[in-house]
Amino acid sequence: MKLADLTRRAGEWLRGAGPMHDVVISSRIRLARNLAGMPFLSRCGESQQRELEQRLRDQILASNIAPVLFYVPMEKASPLDRELLVERHLVSRQHADASHPRGVVISEDETIAIMVNEEDHLRMQVLRSGLQLEDTVEEINRIDDTLEQQLDFAFHRRYGYLTACPTNVGTGLRVSVMLHLPALKMTGEIEKLFRAVRDMRLMIRGLYGEGTDAHGDFFQISNQTTLGKSEHEIIHEFREQIIPRFLDFERRAREALVRNHANALDDKIYRASAVLHAARLIGSEETMYLLSLVRLGIHLGRLKDMDVKTVNELFLLTQPSHLQKILNAELDGDARAQARASFIRGRLGGR
Amino acid sequence: MKKCDKCGKPATVHVTEVVGGEKLEKHLCEDCAANEGVTMKAEIPISQLLEDFILQNSSGPEPAEAACDVCGMTFREFRKQGQLGCPNDYEAFEKALVPMLRRAHEGATEHVGKVPLHAGQETKKHNAILRLRAELKAAIADEQYERAAAIRDQIKEYEGL
Repeated sequence: MKLADLTRRAGEWLRGAGPMHDVVISSRIRLARNLAGMPFLSRCGESQQRELEQRLRDQILASNIAPVLFYVPMEKASPLDRELLVERHLVSRQHADASHPRGVVISEDETIAIMVNEEDHLRMQVLRSGLQLEDTVEEINRIDDTLEQQLDFAFHRRYGYLTACPTNVGTGLRVSVMLHLPALKMTGEIEKLFRAVRDMRLMIRGLYGEGTDAHGDFFQISNQTTLGKSEHEIIHEFREQIIPRFLDFERRAREALVRNHANALDDKIYRASAVLHAARLIGSEETMYLLSLVRLGIHLGRLKDMDVKTVNELFLLTQPSHLQKILNAELDGDARAQARASFIRGRLGGR
Repeated sequence: MKKCDKCGKPATVHVTEVVGGEKLEKHLCEDCAANEGVTMKAEIPISQLLEDFILQNSSGPEPAEAACDVCGMTFREFRKQGQLGCPNDYEAFEKALVPMLRRAHEGATEHVGKVPLHAGQETKKHNAILRLRAELKAAIADEQYERAAAIRDQIKEYEGL
């Protein structure tokens, strides 16, 4: 299993399937864990970091958490490969850019990714397509149980699982649901959502995590509170209250657009499709913006000759590192814009 | 090729909006399109939240020079870098951390979730190992390799228990 093998297809989370996939792109849960009897990473010297890396890598690879697991040592990975992992949501931006001994264990289907020596000794994530929080939490719990048989995690009776940053202490659990909200963005109602998110003590981010812009109308909603609620309560709240509310909000905005502005909406959607089919030079942000409109058009039944899976894949495969990896060439901005346009036309059967 | 309405660079993003029946065309380059809200700024990044969270609490009851006797980290260092040094810091800085936790976690200061199989009865042992690890690090830094080897054996013995 090599990283290059990954670029042939989109990851699990962009399969475009799963419950509520017209709005919910993916469900992700991560747990933060640290070994007892070891300092947190910021306090580890390089030799301790290497010891941790080796020990955790060996334990995870020897476990039976997935049929096929492979390890990517980040220090040895090329800058392009590190970017590729960020684009596929398998490592954080912080993990890609750091320089200390660290890595990531990935399952063959990419539903499991365990970062070793990120901010905490372990950051394990399970990623699923659509809204599948129950399955996702069960799976991450199973992985945690399995690893715990061999590893002693730092735990405190009062404060729970101990993490390097007190904002993650307790369950160490962060649930992130990625939503596609083009109608709310178009109607400006997204501001209401931002306010609701603040009131509900949630976090909202763009497609690529901390501090990133929300490209192409994608938003990740996550919990901030990790202490004082059980894992079950956090997930239940997301599944029963938070996500249905945002889902309903977006669907209503979509219905209203069709009802009141069908012509203007179709104009946007068909123009987006036309540009993607015919452009000769296209940047990644414009691509995201147009693909988002096309995705909306497909789910509203207004674009019938395009397939949602192809569109979902294009979101990922047109990202800079993916494009270069697929074409097996290092390309600068202008060359990329040309290669991207040609790649999209190829996939869409454009002119 | 059209030029960007904002900066005059070649425009690659062409937006047609219908506002109150009026057709409005915008031609933008990739960068200006981002600034124009074709893409959108995310909410406050978590690093910012964290910084605020620590700053708000910087006049907490814990003196800045309070130090963890296991890893040696001071409260001032924690405030500066935003990350704790070892599991024992949660006890060493408890007085200052509890109000922080309350603010960060909707008033909660106690864990009610999952408990690991072998839960925290071995804190003493873990702290002893942590202390030994700190000694080991210092011994290696001082090139006292015999001492380092002896400490390593002690750690192994503890971990084997």
